[in-house]
Amino acid sequence: MISNNALFIVIRFLLLIIVQVLVFNNLNYFGYINPMVYLLFLYWYPINDQRAFFILWSFLLGLMVDWFSDTMAIHAAATVTIAYLRPAIMRFCFGSNLEFQNFRISSTTQAQQIVFLTLLIFIHHLIFFSLEIFSLGNTLLILKKVLFTGLATLVISLLLRTLFSIKKR
Amino acid sequence: MQQIINFILKYKNFLLYVFLLTIALVFTVRARSYHHSKFFNSANWLTGNVYESTHSVSSFFSLGTENEKLVEENKWLRQQLYNLEKAPPEPLDSTKITYSVTAAKIIKNSYSLPRNYITLDKGRVDGLEIDMGVITSKGILGIVEHTSKNFSMVQSILNVRSRINAKILNTNHYGSLVWDTKDYRTVQLKDIERLVPLKVGDTIVTGASSSIFPENIPIGVIAHFEVNPNHSSYQIDVKLFNDMTTVKNVYIIKNNQREEIIELESKVGND
Repeated sequence: MISNNALFIVIRFLLLIIVQVLVFNNLNYFGYINPMVYLLFLYWYPINDQRAFFILWSFLLGLMVDWFSDTMAIHAAATVTIAYLRPAIMRFCFGSNLEFQNFRISSTTQAQQIVFLTLLIFIHHLIFFSLEIFSLGNTLLILKKVLFTGLATLVISLLLRTLFSIKKR
Repeated sequence: MQQIINFILKYKNFLLYVFLLTIALVFTVRARSYHHSKFFNSANWLTGNVYESTHSVSSFFSLGTENEKLVEENKWLRQQLYNLEKAPPEPLDSTKITYSVTAAKIIKNSYSLPRNYITLDKGRVDGLEIDMGVITSKGILGIVEHTSKNFSMVQSILNVRSRINAKILNTNHYGSLVWDTKDYRTVQLKDIERLVPLKVGDTIVTGASSSIFPENIPIGVIAHFEVNPNHSSYQIDVKLFNDMTTVKNVYIIKNNQREEIIELESKVGND
């Protein structure tokens, strides 16, 4: 299967970083909304691969985005956390389907896939903005940023997902 | 021993996660309390070159407006020159001037985060050093925080850590300029005493007690002010002259007497 190929993972990794830092980091809708589409890497990553590799890849991904956008290491912290939590989130979204030997995300229903993506995005954004703002006094501001940036990320990610989906045969 | 190895093997993913998360948090907390990490900023070889090559394409689209800005500035400078009471005494001797200026281009700008940093296409080989002031033709922009060989990273005035000495034009009332992260068009001026007469529209410029910026570099105008209820000082919103979203060409100012000033101040501090 194409999506399991290590080369494809590397290419996807590099392309998502480039698209993130050169295009989506400069959108600034309403002055502050910059969708974080690089999270699609975690959505697309093959599920039966070694978990340790997945966590390492995700950490590197966040670190590279941090490197380009001068955000200390908060992308890395948030991304590595959802990478670690991904199996639990998947169990929540797909339930017993996961047990099947040839389980693929594309074989589940649209609703399940969207819930999975939404959970990934919102958990990530919650950690990201909490670390970025780093004060309990600004909880409302954090929630506002999580909500609006999360919605923007979700919409753009869904569009990209449809655009680059592997065709069912 | 066997049990320890079994434990590590069993929880290796969790341990890996905790290890990586700790690295990330250490980087974050250290950058929050001290300077940005030395190699962990966008002024390095890789990110600098990526940003520079994309900038060389995208800058074509704004060449017209940038030209107009420069002509406008030249016009203003010439007007000042022709109206000087007396001509400059002699050709400026580079050993005697206090401030020297370098020009650079912004290759990465940011204004939507609480801590914004700007990357420039000039670095150590062009004579840039940490703690030089960065301005545009309209006003102040930030302070150099890191330099690499060919690039440098500027702490923007739109950064919660930025603190710049500022005053009201033609007076001696000083305050410090900070940013509350709410709006990229306004910054806040604190510590101006409430006895000072203020008006909306008064101009704010850099103060004399900074060894980074020359005095009287424009910053913005007062948009709104109120007396801080807990203190005897004003809380002033300053609307910036610079549109931080479209800045392209910048000047970096080096104060040639800065080392002397700092040496002197540290001596006084030690006594």
